[in-house]
Amino acid sequence: MPKPFDKLTATAAPIMRSNVDTDVIIRIERLVGNGIRGTLGKWAFGSLRYLADGSENPEFILNREPYREAEILVTGPNFGCGSSREGAVWSLQERGIRAIIGSGFGDIFFANCFQNGILPVVVDKAVVDQLAADIEATQGAGKISIDLEAQTIVSPSGARHSFEIDPRRREGLLKGLDEVALTLQRDDEIHAFQASDRTARPWIHSTRTSA
Amino acid sequence: MPGRSLLQKIWDQHVIARLSEDTDLLHIDRHLLHDLGGSRGLLDLKSRGLKVHNPELTFATPDHALSTAPGRAGTSKIGLELLDALRVETAASGITLFDVDQPGQGIVHVIGPELGLSLPGATIVCGDSHTCTHGGLGALAFGIGSSELTHVLATQALIQKRPKTLHARFEGKLPLGVTAKDMILALIGQVGAAGGTGYAVEYAGSAIRALPIEGRLTICNLSIELGAKIGMVAPDETTFEFLRGRPYAPQGEMWDLAVKAWRELPSDPDAVFDREVVIDVEKIIPQVTWGISPEHVVGVDGVIPDPKAVDDPARRAAIETALEYMGLQGGAPIAGTPVDWVFIGSCTNSRLSDLRAAAEVARGRKVAAGVRAWVVPGSENVKREAVAEGLDKIFIEAGFEWREPGCSMCLAANGEVVAPGQRSVSTSNRNFVGRQGPRARTHLASPASAAASAIAGAIADVRMMGR
Repeated sequence: MPKPFDKLTATAAPIMRSNVDTDVIIRIERLVGNGIRGTLGKWAFGSLRYLADGSENPEFILNREPYREAEILVTGPNFGCGSSREGAVWSLQERGIRAIIGSGFGDIFFANCFQNGILPVVVDKAVVDQLAADIEATQGAGKISIDLEAQTIVSPSGARHSFEIDPRRREGLLKGLDEVALTLQRDDEIHAFQASDRTARPWIHSTRTSA
Repeated sequence: MPGRSLLQKIWDQHVIARLSEDTDLLHIDRHLLHDLGGSRGLLDLKSRGLKVHNPELTFATPDHALSTAPGRAGTSKIGLELLDALRVETAASGITLFDVDQPGQGIVHVIGPELGLSLPGATIVCGDSHTCTHGGLGALAFGIGSSELTHVLATQALIQKRPKTLHARFEGKLPLGVTAKDMILALIGQVGAAGGTGYAVEYAGSAIRALPIEGRLTICNLSIELGAKIGMVAPDETTFEFLRGRPYAPQGEMWDLAVKAWRELPSDPDAVFDREVVIDVEKIIPQVTWGISPEHVVGVDGVIPDPKAVDDPARRAAIETALEYMGLQGGAPIAGTPVDWVFIGSCTNSRLSDLRAAAEVARGRKVAAGVRAWVVPGSENVKREAVAEGLDKIFIEAGFEWREPGCSMCLAANGEVVAPGQRSVSTSNRNFVGRQGPRARTHLASPASAAASAIAGAIADVRMMGR
């Protein structure tokens, strides 16, 4: 069940390159196995965070103070594109990330964030660029505040930006709702749909007759 | 009221409940599980005290973590544990498993269509972003994460927001040497890796109609690389002929009933799309990527972009980052770049027609010295059909390695990797940083182009190979 999200004031790290894919967020070999939860934080952004010899890359923003403590990422276009691996979100979560601001996200990654109580905020690219510039102007000391209820972001410069979010998803995050439990409350409707669909499209439901 | 699109028709047919203005609870007709996430989902369900809602609509196969070496030698300990867990948990839940060495095993996006599990008008999900592949048969198919996977196991339904629609029309006659892979890479180059974000793409036009199903599957497979989690092609006679007689396709009277319904699915002539793109396929030449996103793509006779010639600082920096990773010089021709590896396989291009196209180029020739070239069939059935046609012999005689079916070096989840710094031409779908192994350098291309590059020992224009 996702942890509720309402307000957050935290250090934010800009990662402004375009098309940061989920393979870059977490390499696949870290996700092979059923006991991986809790092991992923140190491998988030592994290929950017570590040099070939395994030591930390001092250039990478999350290896620098104060960004090491960042709970918010400010991201370039199409962040989280590619593979559907939810491990990408888990690794960010285990690294302490609770919100991600960008001009656009991979569709599956975006959905996976909500499932884990991480808020992805979509704003215009000009706003993202401004936030990144404001953060850099304070060398990361200036924090970003996000208020999900009010749908606002306050930049370190004090500038306030509003954002849009799907009302269902907003409510889900605010309350930390469990979608499986919610949908199971509609199980009668699911069964009714299937009963009528069995007449309308019998070939969908009789999967064992011809094999 | 304007006509409805293929997407809208299938969507509307699956709405169990309308949850908000633009979000519905959709029925899921087919749920495909694989070894990386399948047992994890089933165990998650069990830990919540829940049962699989419709095991008869759920199918599983191992593909990601298995070794593709002959005899599956070298499958890792964790890979074997995942295989075992998949066996135990699917058996306990009454889910059909297509197991190793059995007809039916293979890459999940190859076996769905091959077995007739994937059908026009069906909603199909899998915990894998390339589930969009199945849209090639006129299905509404998309990849999901682990949480959504558990949701589908528990409810046979999924909460989804209606996507916008993009109509991508490929018009004209495909030139010789140009394939479905080149068509979709050209589109990605045109609209960008985020050009389809938030959209379901319907591929249409004369060049799509002329494509056999396997080509349509390849086109839809790369939808996610242009940002769209859904890609689809309206079903037609080609679709019905492909499906007729497949093990899980409807038979007899049920078949007639199904085909009648499927004929109603194509978009109405007056359907309205949120965005239209037209591609003249006669101008497409074989495509090859040069960078670290599928949008970093050029014609094989083209040059690698020169960052110095780019004014926009963000774009210039992106090109510089990509070229540094790839070890390439801006402004140089892409053809002739020496390669170390060639990988023919993956859910994009491992079907029989892909292997035939590669074998046609390889026949009677030799893989260049210093190049390792693998052919990994997409499924046990593809492997057996290829062997029956003698394709394996053509490849082996030419110096390719002939492997067992699986995902293999597309994503390197099974330990099969391109070594650091080495360069690969791959028929797969992602040239991301480290995708084929840490610091591996990937160039995406068609099976024919990949085979040509293996022979040449460098990125090669298959049109110059005289076949």
